[in-house]
Amino acid sequence: MPKLTIDGLDVDVPAGTSVLQAAEQLGIEIPRFCYHERLPVAANCRMCLVEIEKMPKPVASCAMPVSEGMVVKTQSDVALQARKDVMELLLINHPLDCPICDQGGECDLQDQAVAYGKGRGRYTDDKRTVTEKNLGPLVKTAMTRCIHCTRCVRFLTEIAGVPELGMMNRGEHAEITTYVEKALTSELSGNIVDLCPVGALTSKPYAFTARPWELKKTESIDVLDAVGCAIRVDTRGNQVMRVLPRLNEDVNEEWLGDKSRHACDGLLKRRLDTPYVRRNGHLQAVSWPEAFAAIKERLSDLPGAAIAAIAGDLADAESMFALKQLMFALGSPNLDCRQDGAALDPKVSASYRFNTSIAGIEEADALLIVGSNPRIEAPVLNARIRKRYLKGDFKIAHIGTKADLTYPVQHLGEDVSVFQAIVDGTHPFFETLKSAARPMIILGMGALSRDDGARILGAARHVSEKAGLVVDGWNGFNVLHTAAARVGGMELGFVPGPNGLDTQGILAAARRGDVQAVWLLGADQIETNSLDRAFVIYQGHHGDVGAQVADVILPGAAYTEKSGTYLNTEGRVQRTRRAVFPPGEAREDWKIIRAVSEALDHTLPFDTLESLRAALETAIPSFAVLDVATPGVWGDFGENGALDSGLGALGSAISNYYMTDPISRASPTMARCTLEIGDHVKADARTGTNG
Amino acid sequence: MSDMDLREDIKTMDQPETFAFSPENQAEVAAIVAKYPQGRQRSAVMPLLDMAQRQSSGWLPRAAMDHVAELLGMPPVRVYEVATFYTMYNLKPVGRLHVQICTNVPCWLRGAPEIVRAAQDVLGVAFGQTTEDGAATLTEVECLGACANAPVMQVNDDLYEDLTYDTAKAVLEALLKGETPPIAGSQAGRRGACPCHGATTLKDLAGDYVAQDSVKESAKPKAKAKTAKSAEAGKETT
Repeated sequence: MPKLTIDGLDVDVPAGTSVLQAAEQLGIEIPRFCYHERLPVAANCRMCLVEIEKMPKPVASCAMPVSEGMVVKTQSDVALQARKDVMELLLINHPLDCPICDQGGECDLQDQAVAYGKGRGRYTDDKRTVTEKNLGPLVKTAMTRCIHCTRCVRFLTEIAGVPELGMMNRGEHAEITTYVEKALTSELSGNIVDLCPVGALTSKPYAFTARPWELKKTESIDVLDAVGCAIRVDTRGNQVMRVLPRLNEDVNEEWLGDKSRHACDGLLKRRLDTPYVRRNGHLQAVSWPEAFAAIKERLSDLPGAAIAAIAGDLADAESMFALKQLMFALGSPNLDCRQDGAALDPKVSASYRFNTSIAGIEEADALLIVGSNPRIEAPVLNARIRKRYLKGDFKIAHIGTKADLTYPVQHLGEDVSVFQAIVDGTHPFFETLKSAARPMIILGMGALSRDDGARILGAARHVSEKAGLVVDGWNGFNVLHTAAARVGGMELGFVPGPNGLDTQGILAAARRGDVQAVWLLGADQIETNSLDRAFVIYQGHHGDVGAQVADVILPGAAYTEKSGTYLNTEGRVQRTRRAVFPPGEAREDWKIIRAVSEALDHTLPFDTLESLRAALETAIPSFAVLDVATPGVWGDFGENGALDSGLGALGSAISNYYMTDPISRASPTMARCTLEIGDHVKADARTGTNG
Repeated sequence: MSDMDLREDIKTMDQPETFAFSPENQAEVAAIVAKYPQGRQRSAVMPLLDMAQRQSSGWLPRAAMDHVAELLGMPPVRVYEVATFYTMYNLKPVGRLHVQICTNVPCWLRGAPEIVRAAQDVLGVAFGQTTEDGAATLTEVECLGACANAPVMQVNDDLYEDLTYDTAKAVLEALLKGETPPIAGSQAGRRGACPCHGATTLKDLAGDYVAQDSVKESAKPKAKAKTAKSAEAGKETT
């Protein structure tokens, strides 16, 4: 471990550390533009120059490895003057348009110009101008502001694995561009806006809508996929202006998918802001008591078996728990949180979790992906797989519709028969898994929601046991969910009770007329025409498919409008925070269920969110442990039996990344993305609304 | 470099739809790619782009860059980066003769503006333009790497050095007519980069041979220049 001195302080750091990182350990911050700890070092902005004794010139500290006995001065006259000169050079061609620049107020260049800039420029010639680039519907450019740090190029090349940006020409004429004027096709493209240290890349949907100092910042959790990324919700008044990622090393590092980031304008569209009751075939706006009365009138004389409940993909654990209690009180065993019919086994927690954990992917050495396209189902998780791939010596195989996952995979085929061969041990990849020290399998909803899903689940358990995926200290069996609500629902048992019906059973019974009332807790992706004969209570926040067939609509709160508990695909318990209030008459979902229970004379035993959570944690203790991913308990799950090739290719559960839920389907930005960004996200001609 | 407007061009310009190496070039491509170790094939990008440019009459269409990217298994944008970085890759069509004239300091001091005037007189076009018949393109460049023989002009692969208004005009006129190409190199009859007024050192050692080596009678084969040079070197060490 080399010892060196920085600004008179001694520090011991491992060999290979850069001077900049060593200084950071001492709490000395060296200004920088191009250096980013998650990207390869470029050392082209020169802002991090320091003076090192016995070196003839100032040195770029981000690219200089430490050595024994180095004496570094970060605040000497030489270092400060060097930075001032660099700043002056950077500002030569930088327009002084901060008042009309969206980066203003959160701009690295602006901040550092305060510290190192001259008050007045000495440059009197014409500044260079650069034409704007079209990078698609999410990233707005003002390339004259670019200082050529290449963070965006390095991010797309390394982290996102979609090398579409580059630096063209050279010297005075250097430009960041795709060269062929195409929209970026990465699902992580929004991150280059965060990475840009100046205002060259800004968010197109957010352009000119708010200034950072007007925004209220609320730390929360994303629920538009099952990864549970840490986010910051920026609001002004009662409107969500933008969503930014927050650091969480175990989940999203500091990245965020484009849907999670940009679907927030869908929170303002098609909202349900008042209760409705269907009268004479038309939905009429009513007051809450009238809505409750309509429910009571219909439900009070129904036997429990004729009532059912289905929870959707965005339901929080509290409302599912409350609805489960209410269904129990009404005597109904018919409830399900698997609206896609996925064959998950609620009895064995390991059977529906991402047991390896997202951070654990980095320790794996072989991976089999079955019936999933992690790139569009969970782009941030996919970036973690790519990160592991870049470290080398990682064998990845894929069974499912062929797709560019941003890293090379061995594509074994699309048919379940290939998976069957691996399970039987006759396929060579079985040996690869078996000989690997830390093998893992990712099972997607594309496989589990098939009619033979339970048998695929059972087969995956067999191969996990046979190939040593589950051993002491390592659980390589993973289910990648696409819905934020799913693991929470499984964990708290929002599944059919004794003799209860599951989603398919409920829909079939509703067609027959056996189930006469169905409560949809934000469930949209079901065959709603099966519910024509039933009395449908739709509780949710968007007027999507479910609301159209409803007889009573109870307007709920979206994830930015309530404090709700969500379990991500790992089973990590996380909570959203309320950033804004629900619109109009809409209320937090657990409160609605609590109020209905009172109207139905089955008052639920909690009046506050705290007492509800206390009841939930008593019933299921795992909800009390926040922010920890623990592997599930292994057991016997799935069914035995032959897999059915007749069901077609193993696809992904998602056909269009940009539209998967009521919020993103209502978002104008996501609609533009669907239109403008290439065909790679559209596995087939269907759109998300086909459900 | 006239690259600034190329970006606009790539959208508006007539670009061929496809590109493929000719059969002879395919063999050459394989030989070039084979020079690099497994996994480092993309190192071959520059020679391949050069071959593609020669095959496409002196310029690189987008299809050619995409084809090279595909051959070498690299993202197209990385190939565009290389092709736009180096000024010797032409990203829009050039004439049959690509006339490049250096106007940087050494050439300028030795009369580059006269050479530019000669070229403009013969071709009738300004820098960055191609003659209407597509015979020639005139380009302004920085340094052709022969400063000792300034002023210098490059036409396709050949350098013409020690130019004057008249010699430059004569060279271009001959080339335009498709006559036997003038001998490339110094147009003042200088051998290699020898001093232009004859040897200034080593005269004693080399004896008569060096004394003869004056500007006037030096239209001899270039190989001899080497002898003279080594003789000079020998003198300096003594």
